[in-house]
Amino acid sequence: MSPRDALTTALSRREDLAAEAEAAARRFAESGAADVTYAVEPSPLGELFVATTRRGLLEIGFHADEVPDYLDAIAARVSPRILEAPGRLDAARRQLDDYFAGRRESFDLPLDWSLARQGFGRRVLDATARIPFGGALTYTEVASKAGNPRAVRAAGSALGANPIPIVVPCHRVLRTGGALGGYGGGLERKRWLLEHEGVLES
Amino acid sequence: MTALPPFQAVLDEHREDVYRFLVALAGRQEADDCFQETLMSAIRAYPKLDPAADGRAWLFTIARRKAVDSHRARGRRAIPVDSVPEATAPSNGTGPDPELWGLVRALPPKQRAAVALRFVADLSHAEVGAALDCSEEAARRNLHEGIARLREEWVR
Repeated sequence: MSPRDALTTALSRREDLAAEAEAAARRFAESGAADVTYAVEPSPLGELFVATTRRGLLEIGFHADEVPDYLDAIAARVSPRILEAPGRLDAARRQLDDYFAGRRESFDLPLDWSLARQGFGRRVLDATARIPFGGALTYTEVASKAGNPRAVRAAGSALGANPIPIVVPCHRVLRTGGALGGYGGGLERKRWLLEHEGVLES
Repeated sequence: MTALPPFQAVLDEHREDVYRFLVALAGRQEADDCFQETLMSAIRAYPKLDPAADGRAWLFTIARRKAVDSHRARGRRAIPVDSVPEATAPSNGTGPDPELWGLVRALPPKQRAAVALRFVADLSHAEVGAALDCSEEAARRNLHEGIARLREEWVR
């Protein structure tokens, strides 16, 4: 073996630092340098994607298998400074746990509406946010409270685009006559939430 | 229009190589601080990064600067580079050779960084140039000179 080979071979020898690097990266993520932090959180409805900014809770997603898509959308629309940091989401995670365990009926979390629609769509979500635990409104009623009783279809669309389901309780909006209507997380989840809140019999 | 990926994806992809690069250049003791400072500078600057740019070379540019800063600070504290304890360096001969890396750390800054970028982080010559803020040609020259010097000094 030539001296050159011995030297470059020695220089190329690696140490396994995967665990150290991962731990250091996690410490960094939890230090609060990101604009958006997220975690994937277990729940009775399956794993939830939960994201927050310094302003407040930004998004809850039911499709934990689509985390890369959630992150790409947030990078484009809010900020690419995104890190996974469950510790930064403690308040939201604790309140969600309490809600699912039946220990909490309403959420006390600041919200970041960056991913929500403007105008009528936002007013629909504001009206929805005021529906109490155990209550329900129809799409027509929500459209009316948002300022346009005829815009029932637009209200449904705005609810379907709700970036913060569960906390902004769009599951509490039903069709006139009591049919479930639609739900971004699927009707099974809507039914579960309404049974959990005693609106539907289980 | 291409968009920047979430910073977490950049971190996942490069964290281990960046960390290893900093251990090689700054030593175990300093690597973690350098790593935190590298990521802090990187995430601050990240939204302005051209999505078409080489993210890997960009990240290593920042890491290299932090390692230089740390090296200077160490120099001011007058701790000889080769006496920085390598408490966890493996002694079974399969990991990096602490004496050899002591010699690398005593090279002039650009040579030192070029050797580490090439051999520890597997950067191409063009990427080494980008990370050193110099041409590919100058990167090759620094690497060549660094290797030549190590060949003279390293006794197996």
